[in-house]
Amino acid sequence: MPYSADLDIRVTDSSLRDGSHAKQHQFTVEHVRSVVAALDDAGVPVIEVTHGDGLGGSSFNYGFSHTPEQELIKTAVATATRAKIAFLMLPGLGIQDDIREAADNGASICRIATHCTEADISVQHFGLARELGLETVGFLMMAHSRPPEVLARQARIMADAGCECVYVVDSAGALIMEQTSDRVAALVAELGSDAQVGFHGHENLGLGVANSILAVRAGALQIDGSTRRFGAGAGNTPVEAFAAAVERLGIRTGIDTIKIIDAAEDVVRPIMDGECLLDRMALTMGYTGVYSSFLKHADRQAKKYGVPGAEILLEAGRRKLVGGQEDQLIEIAVALAAKK
Amino acid sequence: MTKATAAIVGSGNIGTDLMYKLLRSELIEPRWMIGVEADSPGLKRADAAGLIASAEGVEWLLAQEERPDIVFEATSAYVHRENAPRYEALGIRAVDLTPAAVGPAVVPAVNLGAHLDAPNVSLITCGGQATIPVVHAVSRVTEVSYAEIVASVASPSAGPGTRANIDEFTRTTGRGIETIGGAGRGKAIIILNPAEPPMLMQDTVFCAIPADADTDAIAASIRDVVGAVASYVPGYRLRAEPQFDDPTPVSGGLARVAVFLEVEGAGDFLPPYSGNLDIMTAAATKVGEGLART
Repeated sequence: MPYSADLDIRVTDSSLRDGSHAKQHQFTVEHVRSVVAALDDAGVPVIEVTHGDGLGGSSFNYGFSHTPEQELIKTAVATATRAKIAFLMLPGLGIQDDIREAADNGASICRIATHCTEADISVQHFGLARELGLETVGFLMMAHSRPPEVLARQARIMADAGCECVYVVDSAGALIMEQTSDRVAALVAELGSDAQVGFHGHENLGLGVANSILAVRAGALQIDGSTRRFGAGAGNTPVEAFAAAVERLGIRTGIDTIKIIDAAEDVVRPIMDGECLLDRMALTMGYTGVYSSFLKHADRQAKKYGVPGAEILLEAGRRKLVGGQEDQLIEIAVALAAKK
Repeated sequence: MTKATAAIVGSGNIGTDLMYKLLRSELIEPRWMIGVEADSPGLKRADAAGLIASAEGVEWLLAQEERPDIVFEATSAYVHRENAPRYEALGIRAVDLTPAAVGPAVVPAVNLGAHLDAPNVSLITCGGQATIPVVHAVSRVTEVSYAEIVASVASPSAGPGTRANIDEFTRTTGRGIETIGGAGRGKAIIILNPAEPPMLMQDTVFCAIPADADTDAIAASIRDVVGAVASYVPGYRLRAEPQFDDPTPVSGGLARVAVFLEVEGAGDFLPPYSGNLDIMTAAATKVGEGLART
């Protein structure tokens, strides 16, 4: 079944949310205005705008925002003519008041993320989002770390709480081909017509587009990407490449492929501090299953303490850190420096 | 000196762990354990330990001829808000282990003596008990305009009450960082980690400090307060020396100190990884003993 009469799948661009990690949360109103205008013109149906770690993410632990995210959300809403504006929130970090404020500012899609075994901490937030009339999306993060049946049970908790689409979120960019489609298929089987299934990929093993296509074939109706890969780690599934590839496969996204290719080059690339690269650090994360957002934090601590960044990430993997534990990277760097 | 009598309301994991700590107290005699389910393992353990165990709830307790001097409540914020006025009406002092925040907040290492006359005292949250002493340690030697804490706890040690209302944790802890910790503004973050074997509770405290603050004085004050907490929570310790950072754009232009803590539980009843629960029951015991002395 297609997503709608006009679209086979719906794409959400996360460059103004996941890209916030790569930009170390220094987005300005001008950045948001130019990117939203370009993506909206290219026909991207949903654009996500928030601090990289979701509402309330502006902090010592994750990095303070240059401009308050609610201002950026307002700008995005005012700029978009067709696209819906989405925001992310992580229970335990953001609170319900943040959701209310984002809704008041005109955002229409509430995306709520938990680690993939902890869905039950999102129940009150889904309840509120639905009460406010927001469309709801759930994120099961670090989905590579658990088998399909575990994810399906967690997806059920979110769906029962009012989530309308549960995403398999490959936060570490560690899923490989069938590992993606098996997880998506398990969620589709569990949720049936109760909720849709989505996939959010990262490029840490260079598989964002391929994994996303397999997710669609397994029944995913919503796919995330970031134009020019502008996201954490090696970045997200590049929307322009995904749009081009699925157009050739006859899958309708509503995105004008030429326009999004231009937007990637002419609008998004100029505001990036650098390309999101598949370098040693990013590959280490994909290879060992480490949360992509740790990249810039590990970089900073490696410089401060004079230790190899890749070793910080390897230790983060050994300790089985989950998203949100950026503070632990400092302690790891201190311990590595002490051993030298 | 006769011991103060106590009832534990809430026969779950926290109530049970608290019972074992109170049984060792020289100032408090735990006499009742109150639950709501007849097959509660906590009630069976209480019965075996010689307490009067009842599954008939607070109504039963308050209808008894002899009533406790102190009630320790380890139910949920919702239930405690219902019960608190009833305890007060009967002159029973309440130590609240839920995040209900009905009475003034107490962190033994910071303000144990401050609210000994209050009918109800709140222990804030586990994250608050673990981190507020450190915020206080910094704010007593320099200005702290903002403090932020990150509490990482093992998934199996976060019960259904915490999970159903995680905002209550972040709000109550954030407020405690301000009112007891002495920070201008407070923020709390909680992360649940399902790693096996379960991780020990880990807490990180970030305090904004003036760029020219005396870092030696701050570090010394932190070490002092960690020692004070460890006197009643033996598994409470620093994982690294306090780390100081100069201002950057990513730090919001603020200089800061970062403090890395670990809390290993005493293993009275709960497994040692659940230091988050141990610090609550240890603090409750300490606060209860303070009340028993007055």
